[in-house]
Amino acid sequence: MHVDWTIYVTFIGAGLVMLLPREAKTLVRWVALLTGLVGLAIALRSYFSYNDCVDSLIRKTGSGFWEIKNIAWIPALGARYHLAVDGINFPLIVLNGFVCVTGILFSWNIENRTKEFFAFFLTLIAGVYGVFMAMDLFLLFVFYELAIIPKYFIIAIWGSTRKEYGAMKLVLYSFVGSALVFIGVLAVYVAAGGRTFDILELAKHPVSANLQHWMFPLIFAGFAVLAGMWPFHTWAPTGHVAAPTAASMLLAGVVMKLGSYGCLRAAMLVFPEGLSYWRWCIAGLAVIGIIYGAAVALVQKDFKFIIGYSSVSHMGFVLLGLATLNVIGMSGAVLQMFSHGIVASLLFAVAGRMVYDRTHTRQLDELGGLAKIIPFACVTFVIAGAASMGLPGFSGFVAEIQILAGAFEMNPWLAVGAAVSIPITVAYILNANNKVFMEKDEAGHGHTETAHAHPLPPITVPEKVAGVILMALLVIIGLYPSIMLNMIQKNVALFVGGLR
Amino acid sequence: MLSLITFAPLVGALVVLLLPKTATGAIKIVALAASVFSLLAAVCVWVRFNPSAGMMFEERWAWISALHVDYHLGVDGLSVAMVLLTGLITPLALLAHWKLTDKVKLFFLLFLLLETGMFGVFTALNFFHWFIFWELGLIPMFFLIKIWGHEERTYASFKFFLYTLAGSVAMLLAFTFLYLATHTFDLIELRQMAARGELMNHIAALVGKLGLPVDPGWFASLLFWGVFLGFAIKVPIWPFHTWLPDAHTQAPTGGSMVLAAILLKMGVYGFLRIVLPLFPVQVADHLNLLLFLAFASIVFGAFAALAQQDFKRLVAYSSVNHMGYAMLGIFATVAAAPNVADVVNEKAAALNGAMLQMFNHGISSAALFFMVGVIYERTHTRKLEDFGGLRKIIPIYAGVLGISMFSSLGLPGLNGFVGEFLIFKGAFPVVTAWTAGALLGLVVTAVFLLGMMQKVCFGPLNEKWKGIPDMSAREIFIGAVLMLFMFGIGVYPAPLLHASNHAAMGLIKIFEGAAQVIH
Repeated sequence: MHVDWTIYVTFIGAGLVMLLPREAKTLVRWVALLTGLVGLAIALRSYFSYNDCVDSLIRKTGSGFWEIKNIAWIPALGARYHLAVDGINFPLIVLNGFVCVTGILFSWNIENRTKEFFAFFLTLIAGVYGVFMAMDLFLLFVFYELAIIPKYFIIAIWGSTRKEYGAMKLVLYSFVGSALVFIGVLAVYVAAGGRTFDILELAKHPVSANLQHWMFPLIFAGFAVLAGMWPFHTWAPTGHVAAPTAASMLLAGVVMKLGSYGCLRAAMLVFPEGLSYWRWCIAGLAVIGIIYGAAVALVQKDFKFIIGYSSVSHMGFVLLGLATLNVIGMSGAVLQMFSHGIVASLLFAVAGRMVYDRTHTRQLDELGGLAKIIPFACVTFVIAGAASMGLPGFSGFVAEIQILAGAFEMNPWLAVGAAVSIPITVAYILNANNKVFMEKDEAGHGHTETAHAHPLPPITVPEKVAGVILMALLVIIGLYPSIMLNMIQKNVALFVGGLR
Repeated sequence: MLSLITFAPLVGALVVLLLPKTATGAIKIVALAASVFSLLAAVCVWVRFNPSAGMMFEERWAWISALHVDYHLGVDGLSVAMVLLTGLITPLALLAHWKLTDKVKLFFLLFLLLETGMFGVFTALNFFHWFIFWELGLIPMFFLIKIWGHEERTYASFKFFLYTLAGSVAMLLAFTFLYLATHTFDLIELRQMAARGELMNHIAALVGKLGLPVDPGWFASLLFWGVFLGFAIKVPIWPFHTWLPDAHTQAPTGGSMVLAAILLKMGVYGFLRIVLPLFPVQVADHLNLLLFLAFASIVFGAFAALAQQDFKRLVAYSSVNHMGYAMLGIFATVAAAPNVADVVNEKAAALNGAMLQMFNHGISSAALFFMVGVIYERTHTRKLEDFGGLRKIIPIYAGVLGISMFSSLGLPGLNGFVGEFLIFKGAFPVVTAWTAGALLGLVVTAVFLLGMMQKVCFGPLNEKWKGIPDMSAREIFIGAVLMLFMFGIGVYPAPLLHASNHAAMGLIKIFEGAAQVIH
């Protein structure tokens, strides 16, 4: 079974869940989990076989692409059903698999319309798998839209805190983004002669530099909206806060990566000229986003908003890495996509599932002393937080040090600017940890008494399993990044080489 | 062997993690066993260490091929004593908390993690994982202060973490650039490049390639200051020391012991392992400023200690003062002194003295913080004015405190004297004015330490404390081990000096123009 089966299996799983009776909630959960696990297993198996053969593949074909399917789809348009994987999208496919499985585990307690929830969730996952593999702009766009719709329903139905507003904002932003992308895609399609949407074909025969200069920002900005690039980021915090836990995990963990991946694959690969024209602008916005996101996170009073803004800051690192256009910076960006996917999922799981579902508040001032009551949540938050602040030994460090190196090579000020955010990140993570999990020292009017008055339910087994999986990933990639970095670096080197 | 030393505490931590929370006895024994195991292994390394052999017990494995990072461990004269010191102090600090009842499991778990981090810093020879260990010490120490600290613990723990991390970020940026220029993180390779003068060429080449409108020499200075900041905060050198009095005062006893005895040495060690070998030109260029900072640490540290009303805070400021002596000895190595007759020997004395001072301060500051902890457990106050006349009721305590105090003060016959004497002897002919100025600090050091002793143990007895027990057998044991080293080194410092001498000569050669490849 090839890696494209992740898409089919997940769609089939979504369909199966729909067919089950409404009352069979446990069965629904297990079917969803099984689907997620099968998808993850397929993704992992292919990942490792690709990892083994990446060297010989590059030597033989000169490109890192592993073709999966390439068949005519809409011959009249020249659109093809073209799926391929390389070292850049494989980590993201695996990430999607992990977030899917752990997201289902963290949603184990959903009682309201369980069936619909998991059906939407799996559809979203399947769409994301598709986006990550599609090598045809038309196909990519279809999968991309497929992922937006379930997102809206998940937030609007199962969300909290101004959920309709959050959902609407998110969908509007997404649609504006995809409209930009769509215009850009049509433009390049026409400009390239109207024969093909194939990314690799278009990359081989780029359109003229003048056209690229205005087409590139359309597609790039369209995807960058989703990646949470400042100043298009405002959907992200509100959307994340409104979404139910599993959806925030997916949004911050995977959907934002969808944006940055689109920037990389669709915009940067197809418009090398436009890229070199605009890259200073991108890098500047990225650094602003890095610092702005961190600074705003520092003053938030809502636990989830802190994490929402921290995502903006960390995605800034991804965009900065992409803009560097050197091997080390871009490898760092791809690794950061994976790493932040895990970190953000974990942080949202703590804030949304472990804390909010139990205390029904996310205000820092009302929380406090939770380390005593739910110690597992505290440990998880500390580890995810440490990874988030880029402490060495966790995946974030390996990624960020490379991005900093890449930025240094582009312009030292960019690296310095990005590095300024690190102490700020430390401050907001420590602050959140302090206010949520530690005893209130002086004032004493913490949430602690209320928490003692209504004892909180303990952390459940699915939560623990999912938390441990994600934490283990952070440490494994942090201590042995070669498992992922080798394939990333080789493919990024080809990518960068191809641009010149 | 070194991996074994480094990771034995981590294994201990995992075992502790698996034990039930209520099995406090078992937790304590496992933690102690793991740290004693590391101690024994460290003693083995110490015994088998051959000072003239250069880097020993090396381990090197390819690790992250994409970034050319190797897992590279080794000890030489710069680090071997520090490994021993870490192995020695940690079990003592654990013993100091043997009676702990609050969150026992977490405490011992964090402490073992911290120990792995400390060993790692002294054994790692590749910046990449050296940095992992460097930061690994942060999180456990943060929680040790935050959870088991005293009244201002939240403020102190935040300040500690943020200061250290801000310094680390500056250092990280500098190393990122060095990596871009040289494509290696290996500290030994970088040192060899610097010794051959290639490092500067690499930096200049990259500055040129990036088209930066700056002078490469100026840029190299910038890198130097970045790395400097990371270590200066850790040492701490004045004016980057302000986190220290808070962190030390608020930390639990064992935390303060380890913080003063070992974490500060990580900063000084960074100067020996990284700053001096990698940036010889830049250190020499800014020598007067650096000497001033060392001088200021000595004198301001001493005067600040003199003004303290809080027993623990006083000891904390004495650390700033004592680390200043070590930095003076280290910077003296750099100075060009063409008129001094036997300059290599003088510098060797200063540098060996500085390294001995690192070890000595580890012993004496651990002892002093331990003694503060002992009396705090009994009286729940740290105010100097609350004490007085304690020698009448707890004579053993007064005796141990007196000896630790004299060790810190540098009384001949005790360990502190040898180190400080060597530093002053060596530095005086080379950087005469600064050393003469630092002598002023030496006087104040004596004044504040004697004043402390007097306020605590002499004078009229505060009636409140009548009936407090003297030191228990466990506490006497901890004090005795530390005193053994105070007397032992005071009388016979040769083994430590012998161990460090070869490495010290290696560093001195860098600055004496003997441009041969070192190591």
